[in-house]
Amino acid sequence: MSAPQPIGGRYVSRFGRTDRLLHGFLMLSFLGLALTGLPLLFSHARWAPGLAAVFGGIRAAGVLHRIFAVILIAVFVIHVGRLLKRVILEKDYSIFWGPSSLVPQPRDLRDLKDHFLWFVGRGERPLFERFTYWEKFDYWAVFWGMAIIGGSGLMLWFPEAFAWVVPGWVFNIALVVHGEEALLAVGFIFTIHFFNGHLRPEKFPMDMVIFTGSVSEQELRHERPAEYERLRRTGELDRLTVAPPRPSTWTLGRIVGTTAVTIGLVLVGFIIFALISS
Amino acid sequence: VRTRRLLVASVIVWALALGYSVRALPNPAPTISALQQPAAAPPVAAPAAPANADCLTCHEDDAAARADGSKVVVKPAIFDASIHGGLSCVDCHQDLATAELPHPEKLQKVECSTCHADAAELMKISVHAKVRADGAPGPTCASCHGTHDIRPKTDPASRSHHLNIAETCASCHGNQELIAKGIVPVDVTKSFADSIHGTVLAKSGLMVAPTCSSCHGAHDIRSPSDPASRVAKTNVETTCGTCHEGIARQFHGGVHAAMLLQGNTGAPACQTCHTAHGIQRSDKESWQLSVINQCGTCHADRLATFRDTFHGQVTALGSRSVAGCADCHGAHEVLPASDPRSPIAPANLVKTCGKCHENATANFVKYDPHADKHNFDRNPALYFTAKFMTLLLAGVFGFFGIHTALWFGKEYRLKRERPRKGAK
Repeated sequence: MSAPQPIGGRYVSRFGRTDRLLHGFLMLSFLGLALTGLPLLFSHARWAPGLAAVFGGIRAAGVLHRIFAVILIAVFVIHVGRLLKRVILEKDYSIFWGPSSLVPQPRDLRDLKDHFLWFVGRGERPLFERFTYWEKFDYWAVFWGMAIIGGSGLMLWFPEAFAWVVPGWVFNIALVVHGEEALLAVGFIFTIHFFNGHLRPEKFPMDMVIFTGSVSEQELRHERPAEYERLRRTGELDRLTVAPPRPSTWTLGRIVGTTAVTIGLVLVGFIIFALISS
Repeated sequence: VRTRRLLVASVIVWALALGYSVRALPNPAPTISALQQPAAAPPVAAPAAPANADCLTCHEDDAAARADGSKVVVKPAIFDASIHGGLSCVDCHQDLATAELPHPEKLQKVECSTCHADAAELMKISVHAKVRADGAPGPTCASCHGTHDIRPKTDPASRSHHLNIAETCASCHGNQELIAKGIVPVDVTKSFADSIHGTVLAKSGLMVAPTCSSCHGAHDIRSPSDPASRVAKTNVETTCGTCHEGIARQFHGGVHAAMLLQGNTGAPACQTCHTAHGIQRSDKESWQLSVINQCGTCHADRLATFRDTFHGQVTALGSRSVAGCADCHGAHEVLPASDPRSPIAPANLVKTCGKCHENATANFVKYDPHADKHNFDRNPALYFTAKFMTLLLAGVFGFFGIHTALWFGKEYRLKRERPRKGAK
C-alpha cells in the first residue's frame, strides 16, 4: 500500500518526464472528451442536459469536445513520433520484442494463466516483467481506441470532406462505432484501469508512479520481480536509480489522480444509471 | 290643431325638464318612447308607461336592492353612455310598460332577440346554448355584453371590443371555481396570454391579432369536437387561413391535409403542432425542438431512429444547430419521398441536405438520417458493426469483470491475513 508520503530508500525510474507529461495530457483530454461526449451518447438520460449545461450547452460542449480531441490526437502523434524516432534514429528495436516491449508475447499468456491460478490460491504470484499483460492490454486498447474513435470522430467532424471518399451511410456506422468504442474506453479506463492501477487493495488509494515517474526499490521487487532481477543483473538498476520523489510532486499527483478517479467513477455511475433507467 | 301642437310641445318640454332635473346631466338624449309616441295618447288618458325618470326614482338610489339584497341599481350616466342610452327602460323590460309602480320583483327575462334576431338565431346553435339547454349554468347575452352598460364593439370600452374579448371570455373560462366544477373546460387563458397571439394582442395592441372570437366565432361557438366547429380539425385550416393564407395553401398541398380531407381526424391539423391557445413564434427554438416530439406522437418509429442519430441527440439536448424533422421534410407541405415535389425525394436530397451541409454531394446524401442498427435489411454493414461492438463490449467487460473480481478477492484476503500473522 502506498504511504501518504513517499517511503524512504532507493527509487528506480520507470517513466520519463515526457511520457508522464503525455499521460497527463492524455488524462486531461480523455476526461474532457468523456465529460463532453457522454451527454450526447446518453442524450435520453435525465442527467444529460445538466451535464451539457455545465459546459454551456451541447453546442459549447461540442466545441470543447473537438478541442480535447485535437489535444488527444496531438498526444497520439507525439507518442508515435517518439517511437519512430527510437526505431529509426536511435536504432532501438527493443520496443518490438523482449521485456521492454509492449508487444504481447508468449510469457504474457503464461502470466495471465498463472495470475488466475494465484487468484484462486493454486499457485504463486507470477514474476512479472516491466510490462504486465494487463498493462499491455490497456496500452493496445487505448491505441486501438485512438485509431477507431479518432478516425470515426474526424469523419463525423468533417463528413462533407470524407464523403469524397466514402458513401454517406459510412457516417451512420462511424457514429455507432464512435459511441460504442467510447463507451468501451470510458467504461474500461474508469473501472478496470482504475482498479488495476489504483483501487485494488494492494495499491489503494493510488499508484503514484505515473505522476512521480519512479517506484521504490522495495515496491519494484515485490511487483515486478523479473524486471528487478534483470535490472540488478545487468547493472541497469544503478543507472536508473533516482532521488525519491519530492513531496510537492507527490501531493500534486495525489490531487490530480484523486480528481481523475472521482470524475471517472461519477461518470460510471451516470452511465449505469442511464443504462438501468432506459 | 294649434292646441294639440302646443299640448305635444308642452308634454315634450315637461318630459325633457323632468329628465334633466332627475338625471342632473347636460343634454340627455330624448327618450325614444317620447319621440315615437308623439302625443299618440293624451297625457291624461290611461296609465302611461313609466318614463325612465320614473324608474330612476327608485333605481338610481345606491341602496336599491331586491329582498335578497342583490343590487338593482341603474346609474343613468352609465346607461346614457351605452349604445341603448336612447331607449326607454320599458323597451327592454317590456312587461313594465303596463305594470303599476312599484312593480313586483320578478320580471320577465329581457328578450334581446326582439331587436337582435340574427345574433339570437346564431346563439341557438352554440355550445353555450346547448349547455344551458342541459340545465347547466351557461352564458346569456348579458354574460358577455353586459346589461345597462352595453357599448358597441367599436367602442374601446366595450366588452366585445376586439382587445377586450379575451378578458370577457376569461370571466368564465378563467374562473377557477367554474373550472374546478367542470362547468368550464381547462383553463386556456394563461396559455393564450403567453402565446404569440395573446402577447401581440395585449402588449402590442394589434387589432389584426386574433382573439377568442376570431377562431371560435362569437354567437355560434361550437364545441371543438363538433365537426361543424371552426376549430374542428377539418375546418381549422380555413380558420387559421383567414390570416395565414399562404401557409394554409402550403398545408393544403401536403399529405396531412389530404388525410384530413378524407376524414382522417388522426392526421395533424394546425393546432396539433402549434397547439390551440399557447401558440409560439415559429422561430422560437424551444418550440421548434418540441415539435420534433410532436411528430413522434404519430411517427414513433421514425422519432426513435432519429434520436439514435447525431441530429436526434443534439436536438434532444436543446440545440437547434442541427436538423429537426421539418428541416428535411418541410413543415406544412409534408410529402412522401415518392413525390417528386418532396424535399426528401431522391432527386432533391443534395439540395435539402445542402441547406446545412454546403458541400453535400450525391455520395454524401447516402447518409441515412433514420439509420436503425437493429434493422438488417436497411443497412447490413451497420447491423453487423453494431453486433460486433456489442460482442466486443460484452467480451471485454465480461473477461475483465471476472479478472477484477478474482483479483480483488485475492488481495483482500491477503491484506486481512497479514495483520493477523503479525499479531501472532
